[in-house]
This record gives sequence, C-alpha cells and structure tokens, in this order.
Amino acid sequence: MSVAQTQTGTPQVQQERRRRGLSDRAIISLFIWPTLILLIAWNVFPLFYSLFLSFTDYSAISRQAPTWVGVQNYIDILSSDRLWGYFSTTGRYTVVAVGFETILGFTLAMLIKEKFRGSGLITTLILIPMMLSPVVVGLFWKLMYNPTFGYFNYLLGFTDPTRAPDMLAGRFANQPVPDLALWSVVLVDIWMWTPFLMLLSLSGLKAIPEYLYEAAVIDRASSWFQFWRITLPQVMPLLLIGVLFRTIDALKSFDLVMGMTSGGPGDQTELIAVNLYRQAFLGQFRTGDASALAYIILIIIISVSNLLIRAINQGNTEG
Amino acid sequence: MRKHLLPLSLIMILAMLFSACVPAAPAQPVAEAPAEEAPAVEEGPAVDELNILWAQWDPADYLQQTADLYEEETGIKVNVVQEPWPSFYDLFAAEVAAGGDTWDMVVGDSQWIGQMTSEGHYMDLTDFLNETGLADSVVPATLTYYGEYPAGSGSYWAYPTEGDADGWGYRKDLFEDPDEMAAFEAEYGYPLDVPETYEQFMDIAKFFTRPSEGLYGVGIYTKKAYDAITMGVENTMFPWGADWKDENNNVLGVVNSPEAVAALEYYKELYDCCQGPGLSDAFFTEVNDAMINGSIAMAMNYFAFFPALVNSGTNPDYYDKIGFFANPKGPDGHGGAALGGQGLSVVSHVSPERQQAALDFIEWFGQDDIQAKWAEFGGYTTNSKVFESEEFLNATPYNRAFADTMTFVKDFWNIPIFGQLLEITQREFGKYIIEGEGTAQEAMDTIAEEHDKILRDAGYITE
Repeated sequence: MSVAQTQTGTPQVQQERRRRGLSDRAIISLFIWPTLILLIAWNVFPLFYSLFLSFTDYSAISRQAPTWVGVQNYIDILSSDRLWGYFSTTGRYTVVAVGFETILGFTLAMLIKEKFRGSGLITTLILIPMMLSPVVVGLFWKLMYNPTFGYFNYLLGFTDPTRAPDMLAGRFANQPVPDLALWSVVLVDIWMWTPFLMLLSLSGLKAIPEYLYEAAVIDRASSWFQFWRITLPQVMPLLLIGVLFRTIDALKSFDLVMGMTSGGPGDQTELIAVNLYRQAFLGQFRTGDASALAYIILIIIISVSNLLIRAINQGNTEG
Repeated sequence: MRKHLLPLSLIMILAMLFSACVPAAPAQPVAEAPAEEAPAVEEGPAVDELNILWAQWDPADYLQQTADLYEEETGIKVNVVQEPWPSFYDLFAAEVAAGGDTWDMVVGDSQWIGQMTSEGHYMDLTDFLNETGLADSVVPATLTYYGEYPAGSGSYWAYPTEGDADGWGYRKDLFEDPDEMAAFEAEYGYPLDVPETYEQFMDIAKFFTRPSEGLYGVGIYTKKAYDAITMGVENTMFPWGADWKDENNNVLGVVNSPEAVAALEYYKELYDCCQGPGLSDAFFTEVNDAMINGSIAMAMNYFAFFPALVNSGTNPDYYDKIGFFANPKGPDGHGGAALGGQGLSVVSHVSPERQQAALDFIEWFGQDDIQAKWAEFGGYTTNSKVFESEEFLNATPYNRAFADTMTFVKDFWNIPIFGQLLEITQREFGKYIIEGEGTAQEAMDTIAEEHDKILRDAGYITE
C-alpha cells in the first residue's frame, strides 16, 4: 500500500471506514457511555466520595476542605454507647416488625389463596396500606393513636383518655411504659408491610403444582404433612426474598418514624437512620461522622443480606 | 492496552469529579470590596428581580405584600420564596454550602447567625446598617439577637425583620365566665385572671384540666424535632433565673443550677398534670390545633403563629374568644421568654450588583413608614417608633403582649455548633418530661457535662 493511498484512501477503503463508523460496537458505545458517565456521576462517584469523607473531619456547610482523620470517625462511632443503643433499637424494630410481617403475611396468603366470591376485592383492599406513602401513613396513625379522639383507643375499649394508653408518648394511664412508643411504630410498620409478604407468599402458593397435593392425598398424607413438606418448602424461597427486602428496608427505616415521633420521646424511637439524618442535617451538618455512620450501616445491611441470600441459595440447592 | 482503557477512563472521570468537588476556600466577603464604578444605566435598574427565602408561614405572606409596594415604587420585583419549616434550614444550608446564588436574601433564624457568618455565607452589614441609620431605628434587643455576631462585637449580619417570642393564648370565654371565676376563687382564694406568675399559672392549668369534659389546662411544646421542646423549657428556665451559660460560656453549675432543675421539674409537672392529650410530639401547629378544637385552656406559642387563632376562617369556634398574655414571672419575680424571630441577611455568594440591589431593598424596607405598613399587614416590626406606637400595640389582640415579651426575651446558643448542643437538650428533655425517665437533676447534669465537652472541643471554653 502506497503512502498516498494510506492518506487519502481508495473508495473501497473509505466505504469500509464508513461501515466501521456505523458498526454495532460503535452504536453500543454511543449509547452506553453517556449512561455510564451519568451512573458514575450520580451513583458511583458519591459512593466513593462519601467513603473518602468518612475518613475526614468535614462539614458540608463549612466550605472548608475536608481534613483527613483516618479511622477516627469509625472509632468514635464504634465506641459510643449511645450509637450502639440506636443500633440495638433498630435491631429490635427490624426483628419484631419483619417477624410479624412474615408470619401474618403468610397466614393471610394461606387464607385467601383459594378463589372465593369477592376474593379479588379483598386482596386489593389488603394491599392498600403498602401502596400509601410512609409519611401519610405516619400522620394517619398519629391521629389514630390520639388518646382523645383516635380510633385506636376506642377500639381497645378505652373512652377515658386519662386511663387510656398514649401510645406515642410511651404512657399508659399517665404512667411511663418502657418502649411503648417503639412498639407503636412497629405496629404501624406491620400494618403497612404485611401485605407485601402476603403478596409474595400468595404468588408462591399459587405456583405450587397441584399434582404434588394429589400425590400426597393418594399417599394419605395428613394436612399437616402436606403443609410442612409441600407448601412451606415450595413457598420458602419467595418468602425469604420478601424477608430480605423487608429486612433491608427496616434497617434503614426513616420516614415512618420521623412522621410519627421524630425519634422521640427521648430516644425511644431513635432508629439509626433517624440519628444519621440528625447528624448529617438538622443544624449539625457533621458530614464526616455521618458518612462514617452511613458506611457502618451499609456494612451491616450487606452482612445481614448476605446471610439471608445464603439461606435462600441453600434452600434452592436443597430443593 | 485497549483492555485497560475502560478502567483507566473510569479512574480519570472519578479523579476529575473528586477534584471538582473539593470545597473551595471560603469566599472573601464581597461586600467589603469597594463598589466598582459602573456606567450609568439609563434603561432601568441592572437588577429587576430579587429573591428572598423564608419559611412558609403568615409573616412571609405579609413580607410579600410589603415587597409588592417596592415593586410599585421601583419596578424591581421581589419574590418571597416560602419553604416549609421542617426543610427550611436544610434547604438554605445546602444551597449556601455549595456557594449557590438562588436567593439574594434570607430571613434566617436567630440561631443560624453564628454558623452562617463564620462560614462566610452572610454579607457583613455593619457599615450599611450604621451609615443608613437602620441600626439605630430598631429595638436594641432585636439588633443584638437577630443581627449581631459575636455577641457584643458591634458586627451586624442581618436587619432585624420579624420580631418574635413565645407567649400565651388563653380562652377568654372560660376565664371570664362568672361561674368559673367564682369556682376558681373559692378553690384558690384569689380571683381568676391572666396569670402574672408561674405559681398562678399552675393553679389555672390544674383548674381547667377536666378530662371528663374533654378540657385540659395547657398545650406546651414537646416535639423532639429541631428545637421545639428546648424552646418550651426555656420559657420556664429564664423566669426561674436560669440560663444556658454564664458570661464566659461556662455551663457546669449554670445549666444544672438549682434554678434550672426547679424550672425543668415545673415543666414536667405541667406536662403530667395538664397537657392536652395527644400532645406528646407537639410544636406550633399541634398546639394551635388543640386551641382551635377547644381542648385546651392556654396555649404556648410564638406570637407569629397567633394570627391563626384569631382568624374566623381557621378558628371558626373561638376566633373572638382568645386573649393573649406574656410569659408569667418565675418564683423570684424574674421575667424571661424564649426568643423567636428572624433577621434579613444578604447572601454573600450573589454578585455585587445583586448585593447592592438587596441593600437598596433593605434600606427601603427599614424606613419608618414602610415598617408601619409591614406592621399593618401583620408583620412583627422591630422598628422602635412603630413598635412603641399605640397604633401598633392596639392593631391586634396579641401585639401588646408581644411588646411586653420583647423586653425580657433570651435566646439559645447561636454559635456555629448550636445544632450539636440542641441535639442533647432535645433528647434529655424528651427523656425526662415525656418518657418520665430519671430526674430533672440527672437530665440537667447530663446536658451540662455534654455541653461542656462540646464547647471545650470547639474552643469556646478554654480555662
């Protein structure tokens, strides 16, 4: 090939180049790169930048460059009894809420799995709570819990507010009841998210092949045996996925609690995500500390999720 | 080589973004630079629109009404942008932290001033306020609390705009009912009237607490969010002669003084005996709502929220039956009340032209006749002449109580780390008052110890 040919190119080469310019690979790159850059800018970069900030003394409001402090923020958090208390509250909140949601959701799914008159309507009504905004749910239940005019006490049979529970104040008949406010919020979480577990369980139940039950009936297996050896194992993978989603969500619960109690009274409903917000904003703007706390929460959530995913995979392998 | 291109590109992009996001050095106060001699513009003003950020409440509407007069006079449109209270601070803080110039001015809370000036977000208004005479035109206490930082420095960062403080609304139909008056006098031995002392206040609160009738003595602040319960407790601390600090910023022995402990015990007793039900997480909205639905006899609130109580639209049943009084005196005759209110500051990140336009607006706004208009619309002027005029005092049922209150107001810390100090008081007050955990002495000791540590770490206490 001569030099002149290389510089200008023959019509055949030019045609080849043009074709190469419109190649699939080029089009793929054209579409992927802008998306990738946006993803990096909005997701990956903040993730790494906040990781960097977690090792610094920095306030987002200060307009001062971050000062490197190494792992000091992490040491401060891990050696703070108060923050461990918030983790403990979050753990109790998560275990109780997700536990009840799983049991109730599965039970409800068992009850409505068979088609009956109005079952579609009932299923839809049951699903309404999870479709509502948590802030709206929080305010709605705040009114429901009102000891004077709220329906909650009325349904419990209390008509005298001085002798009734004041759920969000953590009091019963004006006497403090430990953690009553926390369990009041948990109850709302259960009310809101049980339908989610029910929905997953229902789809699992409906996917069980009928011939398994027919075979069991032929073998004269009891109802309990059928439930224990057919129903539960078949639904378990979907149920565990539901538990996984809800656990992740409950570990970072924020809007429901803020709407109902703002983390109070005292520290009774101060979940770790609420405290994270308090450190990051609300006059404090301790961005470095808050970033470190956010990463600790992230690590905990990843660890718990991994345990659950392992359980799901184990179930699938055994299945 | 090609296979290394993708990771290499990613690293480069991350590095570029990283370096772009490292905060710039604090901006130099632009206001102090001599104004450039701009060529005369004949077509009209260089800035034809200004934006003020404020919280979403009635006074912001009044400010917009006043600002509309400025547009009529000068052709410069002034927009009062309103943001709900819960996100007001976060929104503004995030904006100025990024050096943003969305708003030319902000009517910022008194507690913010230390933080905002230390970080260079507010323009220094000292010379402007002195040279224009605006510094002398306002009630001195308001200039100190809303405009000055550090305290006693003579440096001003805001024009005192909305004076405010905690006061009380009460049900006149109950207080002036002959049967109630007779029953009260028979039980307590003195006539039922607006309480002048907190001792009388407790008697009245207990007297009107009748769960069987759905009536309770008081509605007081209890919310954990931001500063609510702290502002409520302050209303007893200050009249008891207690404070957050001494003149050297010492807190040990001050915050946990016997007076402060007694004041906190009083507040808890008030909550236990007489707080309206469902008000365990209450701030201005919840307290006003309780007053409007007729379930409480006396309501603690900032004066700026009282218009809703005398408005027939928002309070159809009791709008003409509500009276107001200033915070009662403590056991030793001390007066005191929690300060509210805000000053108007110019954001230092906007261009010099916009800063000048903002200053022009403030100079216009601070005139006596405009302040009279501002008060007429419903704003709580800080202008001395208007503030003391009979016209202002009689303009609303609450202005006289407001004027009385402004003579003895005090504030929480307004230093840059006020948020950290606030977090502790909110938590400890909530624990003791609402949860009923521990004693008042323990709560105040914890606050004193934790405040002391934070203040020492930040260099406010050195010895």
